[in-house]
Amino acid sequence: MELWYSEQHTPNVRFSVKVNRTLYTAHSGIQQIDVFDSREFGRFLTLDGLMMLTEKDEFIYHEMIVHVPMAVKQDAKTVLVIGAGDGGTVRELARYPGIERIDMVEIDREVVDVCREFLPGTASGLDDPRLNIFYEDGLRFVRDKVDMYDVILVDSTDPFGPGEGLFTREFYGNCHKALKADGVLVNQHESPYYDYYADSMRRAHMRIREFFPVCKVYQAHIPTYPSGHWLFGFASKVLDPVDSVDTAAWNLLGITTRYYNTDLHKGCFALPTYVYDVLDGGRDGQ
Amino acid sequence: MNENLQRRAPIYEALIRTKRDRVVSFDVPGHKQGRGNPDLTDFLGTQCLSVDLNSRKPLDNLIHPVSVIHKAEEIAAEAFGAADSFFMVNGTTGAVQAMIFSVCKSGEKIILPRNVHRSAINALILSGAEPVYVNPGVDKRLGIPLGMDPDDVARAIAENPDAKAILVNNPTYYGICSDIRKITGLAHDAGMYLLADEAHGTHFYFGDGLPESAMSAGADMAAVSMHKTGGSLTQSSILLTGANMNSGHVRKIINLTQTTSASYLLMSSLDLSRRNLALNGKGIFAKVVEMADYARAEIDKIGGYYCYSHDLANGRSIFEYDKTKLSIYTLDIGLAGKEVHDILRDRYDIQLELGDLANILAILSVGDRVFEIERLVSALSEIKRLHSRDRAGMIDHEYIEPIVDIKPKAAFYADKSNMLLRDAAGMISAEFVMAYPPGIPILAPGERITGEIIEYIEYSREKGCILTGTEDMNVERINVVEV
Repeated sequence: MELWYSEQHTPNVRFSVKVNRTLYTAHSGIQQIDVFDSREFGRFLTLDGLMMLTEKDEFIYHEMIVHVPMAVKQDAKTVLVIGAGDGGTVRELARYPGIERIDMVEIDREVVDVCREFLPGTASGLDDPRLNIFYEDGLRFVRDKVDMYDVILVDSTDPFGPGEGLFTREFYGNCHKALKADGVLVNQHESPYYDYYADSMRRAHMRIREFFPVCKVYQAHIPTYPSGHWLFGFASKVLDPVDSVDTAAWNLLGITTRYYNTDLHKGCFALPTYVYDVLDGGRDGQ
Repeated sequence: MNENLQRRAPIYEALIRTKRDRVVSFDVPGHKQGRGNPDLTDFLGTQCLSVDLNSRKPLDNLIHPVSVIHKAEEIAAEAFGAADSFFMVNGTTGAVQAMIFSVCKSGEKIILPRNVHRSAINALILSGAEPVYVNPGVDKRLGIPLGMDPDDVARAIAENPDAKAILVNNPTYYGICSDIRKITGLAHDAGMYLLADEAHGTHFYFGDGLPESAMSAGADMAAVSMHKTGGSLTQSSILLTGANMNSGHVRKIINLTQTTSASYLLMSSLDLSRRNLALNGKGIFAKVVEMADYARAEIDKIGGYYCYSHDLANGRSIFEYDKTKLSIYTLDIGLAGKEVHDILRDRYDIQLELGDLANILAILSVGDRVFEIERLVSALSEIKRLHSRDRAGMIDHEYIEPIVDIKPKAAFYADKSNMLLRDAAGMISAEFVMAYPPGIPILAPGERITGEIIEYIEYSREKGCILTGTEDMNVERINVVEV
């Protein structure tokens, strides 16, 4: 007997991974949580049937959501992470000694518990003493925060499910309020390729741009996400992600990475023409 | 309540059987289980089109129910604590009209609060019954009409002992309940029927700790909008009757105006919603109240907004408040309710039930989740941060006591002349003017047009309310009664 995990990337496209065995399956009351073991990708976590991370390629996502903004804002002391229950984002943040406080807001405690048990590679980050975990809705958490954070990372699920509120105008407005004057907001920005994802990506981008003068998009190659081509949004009130990055200083930090490097930092903001077109009808608006 | 009985859903079960039997249809509807309209089938789904059937023997007939519809109505009557129930496919509008036609003939009087839905006044136009209005009073700060004070009802009864019935909103659009038990007692002591417009009160029958339902208070008839908070399809509704009513008479009245091709989509939705509410209603509405209370607490933390609830109760014109309603007063942030309502829709993709001049109303029901509550609260927080302004220039509006010069029917059918609304002060209106929502008339046929009313209409227009009711689609001209 063969066991396959399949994710419907579009109504007409499926992505399948051969599964050795199921390690965990349960509904948390908020979402369906599953952990599988596979030969190709090691263990992987799915939420509501959608791929969140695999042991094999999670480094790409987590390095790119963390090191791009942190290289721009190397003096960050307070960081807010929304979502990220698997711990991978916090694991990368913990490598910056200058950070004094990391607040992580995860709506589903069971995701954290399951990851601690089955995905220790990412969940190891959750033991950092600078970390405070809040189990609540991210939208609710930021509502009363004013001028508190240097960096906000939105490591959310897709905008159809519990993460929906994290792609809304009210959320980005509240993040703007919660950020300090030279703060940086990065969110996972969906994929530009399939129409369904591209549309939510474009809407998210337009909404962020209403609040932030600097609003750019960068890309990464994540093999297990729909189309493999994934985007992140970089937003700030003042800092340009390419012009204001001090690459020499970042390299001196001695953080070893497998995907991110400071050449890639500059290169990842260069996007294919069709992506510029989806984002705002052309490159000039970038 | 017999739980085994409530687990049944006879109309739904009959539709499943009909589908299973693969009956060949040489009857209407012509789409023949969707085959004749592929685009519609693709849009609504094969399952939906396959049960859009016409009345036939195994499916009974709403005009003269003897089998599955009859059984479904019997079970619904039990669930609601009524003697009989009637499934309605012409909205609660149809149910309200059937109530009034059942007990008031032409020229007979009915006592009712002025803040009734237009459907009730339309029923008076059709029947020729005469309204005796009880001033519902108004909350000065919120500008919303309230319930009926039993003393005012007693006075109206004393002055009109020949009235046939009393109509009570239970609750009003804004969630305010009168003392329906006491008013029912007053009505029955005077030999009058008690009719309840429960368009917004379905949940009273199933939740704990909610205001009293009309049937449990002893009312004779109640129009219940299952589709509003009970989960059935839009336009489906239930008319309930008490033991004093002749059900054959009521059925005959309903059949005067209701379609002979009642939709099985609507009727099965009533059947399944009743089953869900009867079996799970307590838990569902406890959760709804919990969410509404949570939203009120969170919105209070933002500051500037006022979420009213049972704190309004005064034992008389506000006997109880329906805590599932999330009503929010917005004038203190310098925005009319309608303005907040429009910003939420246009900028935040959040649709509320209504925005009037000073309030917004969010309806919470069987289908809500806390995720959406968080979005609403956060959007309100942002609207205050980004759009609030000085409240100067916002008028406090008040309930305007109508001056009824002639009966609605006489005014509706009178010889008329058409003139500019702004020049019409002193004339008698032959038409309705309403701001939608809530659809409560500012002017009804037969009422005097005053300078105050014209000013109120213009202010509503300026704040973005949708005005309706007149032949003139722009509500700039009005038909007045020629005298």
